[in-house]
Formats: sequence, C-alpha cells, structure tokens
Amino acid sequence: MSTALPAEPAPQAQPERGWLDPLLDWLAGWGELVLETFAAIGDFSLFFFRTLVWLFTRFPRFETLWPNFHQVGVSSLPVIALTGTFIGMVLAVQSYYQFRQLGLETRLGAVINMSLVRELGPVLAATMLAGRVGSSMAAELGTMRVTEQIDALSAMGANPLRYLVVPRFLACFLLIPLLTIMADFMGVAGGHFYSVMVLGIDMHHYWYNSALFVGPYDIFVGIFKSVFFGSAIAMVSCYQGFHCSAGAEGVGRAATASFVYSFVLILFLDLVLGIVLDAIYFTLFPEGARLF
Amino acid sequence: MIESILEQQRPQLEVRNVSVTFGTQQVLRNIQLAIPAGQTLVVLGESGCGKTVLMKTLIGLVTPTRGEVLFEGQNLTDLDDRELSQLRLRYGFVFQNAALFDSMTIAQNIAFPLKQEGRWSAGEIREKVLAKLAEVGLPPEVIYKKPAQLSGGMRKRVGLARALIMNPDVILYDEPTTGLDPIMTDVINQLIIRTRRRNPVTSVIVTHNMDTARRVPDRVVMLYPLTRLEPDEPQVVYDGPPGELDHCRDRRVRQFVNGEAGQRLMEMLASSRTAETAGF
Repeated sequence: MSTALPAEPAPQAQPERGWLDPLLDWLAGWGELVLETFAAIGDFSLFFFRTLVWLFTRFPRFETLWPNFHQVGVSSLPVIALTGTFIGMVLAVQSYYQFRQLGLETRLGAVINMSLVRELGPVLAATMLAGRVGSSMAAELGTMRVTEQIDALSAMGANPLRYLVVPRFLACFLLIPLLTIMADFMGVAGGHFYSVMVLGIDMHHYWYNSALFVGPYDIFVGIFKSVFFGSAIAMVSCYQGFHCSAGAEGVGRAATASFVYSFVLILFLDLVLGIVLDAIYFTLFPEGARLF
Repeated sequence: MIESILEQQRPQLEVRNVSVTFGTQQVLRNIQLAIPAGQTLVVLGESGCGKTVLMKTLIGLVTPTRGEVLFEGQNLTDLDDRELSQLRLRYGFVFQNAALFDSMTIAQNIAFPLKQEGRWSAGEIREKVLAKLAEVGLPPEVIYKKPAQLSGGMRKRVGLARALIMNPDVILYDEPTTGLDPIMTDVINQLIIRTRRRNPVTSVIVTHNMDTARRVPDRVVMLYPLTRLEPDEPQVVYDGPPGELDHCRDRRVRQFVNGEAGQRLMEMLASSRTAETAGF
C-alpha cells in the first residue's frame, strides 16, 4: 500500500529573514486589527442606519411587535425589580456606618436616591436587559442565521431588518425607560425599607434630605440615558446574531459577544452622556442651583 | 413582433461572468449560465464546490463580487431592497434543511409568503395551505404542529409546500434529497417532476444525488472546486443533457458520476502521514 503513496514533498527553502522582519510583522498585525475594527464599526453603523430607514419608512406589523414587547417588558420586570430592591438596600448597608460616624445618617436618603435615579437604576436595568434579553436575541437570531431562516425570510420577500430587527429595536427603545423607572422605584423603596425600618433612621429627615438634593432633572437624566442604553443593546445583539458564524460554537460566541459589547457600550455611553448632560445643566443653570 | 420573439428567446435567468469571493477565498470564477424559461437544470458537484453559493446568487442572497445575475433581463444588483423583495415573491426556494421558522406552526410557515403579499383573506389562505399540503402528500392535521415535531422528510415536504404556495416562476431546490432515505428521496424526486408537469416552472436543483441528476432534469451542469483547478481552467466541467453524463469522457465527471475516490484517497493517506510525522 505504502508503495502507491506519492513521494512526500521536499520542504521548501524558507527565505532568509532579516532582523527587521519580526517588527514589521508586529506592525502589520496591528494594522490589520485597526482595519478590521474600522470595517466592523462601518458595517455596524450601516446596519443601524438601514434599520432606522426601515423603521421610518414602513412600520412593522403588530404580530411581530407583540412577542418582542412581551419578552423585553413583561418578562424582564421581576428580575429588574429584584435587582433594584437589593441595590437600594445594599447602598443603605454600605453607606450607613460611614455617615453615622459623621452624624449625617439622615443624609442617606439623598445619597441612596441620587445614586439610584442618576446612575444605578438606568445602568443596572440596562445591564440586566443586556444579560437577559440581549444574549437571547443574539442566540435566537444567530440560530436563525445558521439554520438559514434569515435567508428564507429574504427569499420569501420579507426584509429581515424590518421583520426581525425593527421590532426588537422598538421594544428595547420604548420599554427601557419604563424598566428604568421600575428599577428606580424599587431601589428607592429598598433603600427606604433598610434605612428607615431596619436601621431606624428618622423618616421625615430621610425624605426631606432626598427632596432637597434629588430634582426632576436627575430623574430625567437617568431615564434619558436609558433610551440610549436600550438602543445600544438591541442593535449590538441583533448585529451579533445576524453576523453569527456557523455551528453551536458560533451561536454561543454571538450570545457572549452581544453581552460583553453591550455592557462596554453602556458604560461608555454612560460616561459620555453623564458629561454632556451635566454640561447642559450647568449651561442652563450656571449658579449650580441644585446644590443648596 | 420582433420584441415578442426576443422576449421568448431571452432566458429566464442569466448568470454573466459571475465570480464570488468570501474574504480571501474564491468560490466561483467566471460562471456563465443561461437558463431558459421552463427548463429544469441540475447543478452537480462535490461538497464545497460553490453550487449553493451559485444558487444563492440567482435570488440575490449572495451578491457577486464580479459579474451580474439577470432575471428576465433585469440585473438583480440594480434593484433596491423593496424591488428585490417584490421580485423574490416570484421565486420559490427550498432550503437544504427546510429552514422552517421554528417559532411558527406549519400552517403559519406555509402561509408566510401569502401574508407577505398581503392580498388574501384568512379563508383563502387556509384553503391554499391545505391544498398545497395535500399536493406534497401531508395530512391536514400537521398544520397545528411546530417544525420540531415533524420528521426530516416531512419538514422537507413542508419546505416544498411553502416554496410552491405562490405558484412561482422559478423554483430553486438546495439539495432537496440530502439526508433522506431512498423512498423519501424518490418521493421528493417525483414531487419535483410533478410540479414541473403542472406548471411551466423554471427549476434549478443543486444536488450530489446521481439518481436525481439522471431522472429529474433536462440539463445538467457540473461545477468543480476551484482549489483543484488551474487558474485558467473553466469551473463548469460539464454542461449537457443528463443522458450524456454516463458517456462523458472527462475524468473528473466520470469520477463523480461513478462515485470513485481515486486520487483523493491517496491524498488523504499522504496528508495523514504528513500529520503523523509533524507529531499531531
């Protein structure tokens, strides 16, 4: 048998490599990475833009909207309420001893409620949504891509962006403010429960200080930011699902990547929006009227 | 008069000099193909030779890197999203693994293109769905089931019913008999033949099943993987009637038709030997 085998090819002579070559390879590697990143950002922007075009030219059908609204809104409520409550209580637990040493425990109301409505409420609601809904969207769309269901949609004259992405985008975009309000409310309730009922802080002063510090603009900032977070989650998850590579591994990777990228984007947007919205506030009210 | 004659001579589908490259890998190179209306064409070839990609370029699911695809003289790349969606309603596509929507019932799956078109009442849709189900030999009870509850053969037939529901002008079958037992393979072959007898439809069937290739089409085209070709060799290694396949003198066609491993086995052994010496 072995006599029938073709002769093994002789190893090809490798060209001599100069001392500069490893450095050039390293540079080429970085260059490739930069190019790929720019291409991916461009592709993602195009995906987002085309989704917006479909959103404004032909509104999706009710039967495609309803299941997504249910999944994003109704099914996420319990987990978001639970997270909000616990974060409110944890904030009380963590800050109480620091503030008591200064005799400022009644200021806890301001600290807890301010952190909740401005930062923790929206960011936690968005994080939970990215974990619960974003990954499942990416996995679902990824499976549809791998089993050619997305191609089947196109082949039957349905645009996959209009049929799959626009309803998911709308669900996240419209419902995340409500989920944020829920997280805020439950957090405030949790903070009140632990501070007033467990730690025994005077309720009147707790709420008086809250009212003194937390204004409508703070609540608005939190809800306004959440809209950006929701859009980012929907777009990143759908994009990952649409560009899923073959097999179970590809679907798993798309689900993980959708959460990681959504989370990074949420943090990045949080920082940028925080800076921008503060700048707007201090332009409108140069005195810093909020402080006292 | 002249226009109408030209109209008749114009192929339903035409592939002009199409090349497709994914990343650095070229899959199709300079493919030329004209498919007249009413013809049943089988595209043969081993796995990975680009037949499915060629099929997907015919409906615009894959955009050619070079060249153009024309449907009744209309270049697919010139159409915007909405025009392409409209045009696709004139196609039926039977996917390799049926690609049924698993969140929907069988009835919803088959009715999907009709709902997409949006000019049928619920009663009409139900009637059409049941008629198509009967055409592919499935009992009416299955309409309430989900795709996961059906066997592979039944799913394929549902896929076929869904592709046929709009009475399309062109039907594309992507490996319609792969993974089916011989009886079900024959059932699907018969269904394809019967569909063509009932309607004057243009069919393109991608397969590596020789039984389908011999019995179903008017014409067979065989593609060869680019990795095994020299840069100047054409990728289409056979284009002719199915009856001539067995008499073709091209070594590559004969090898495929007779199912001979030949040189491939030697290559496999050589590569496993190389892997052993490399210490894997």
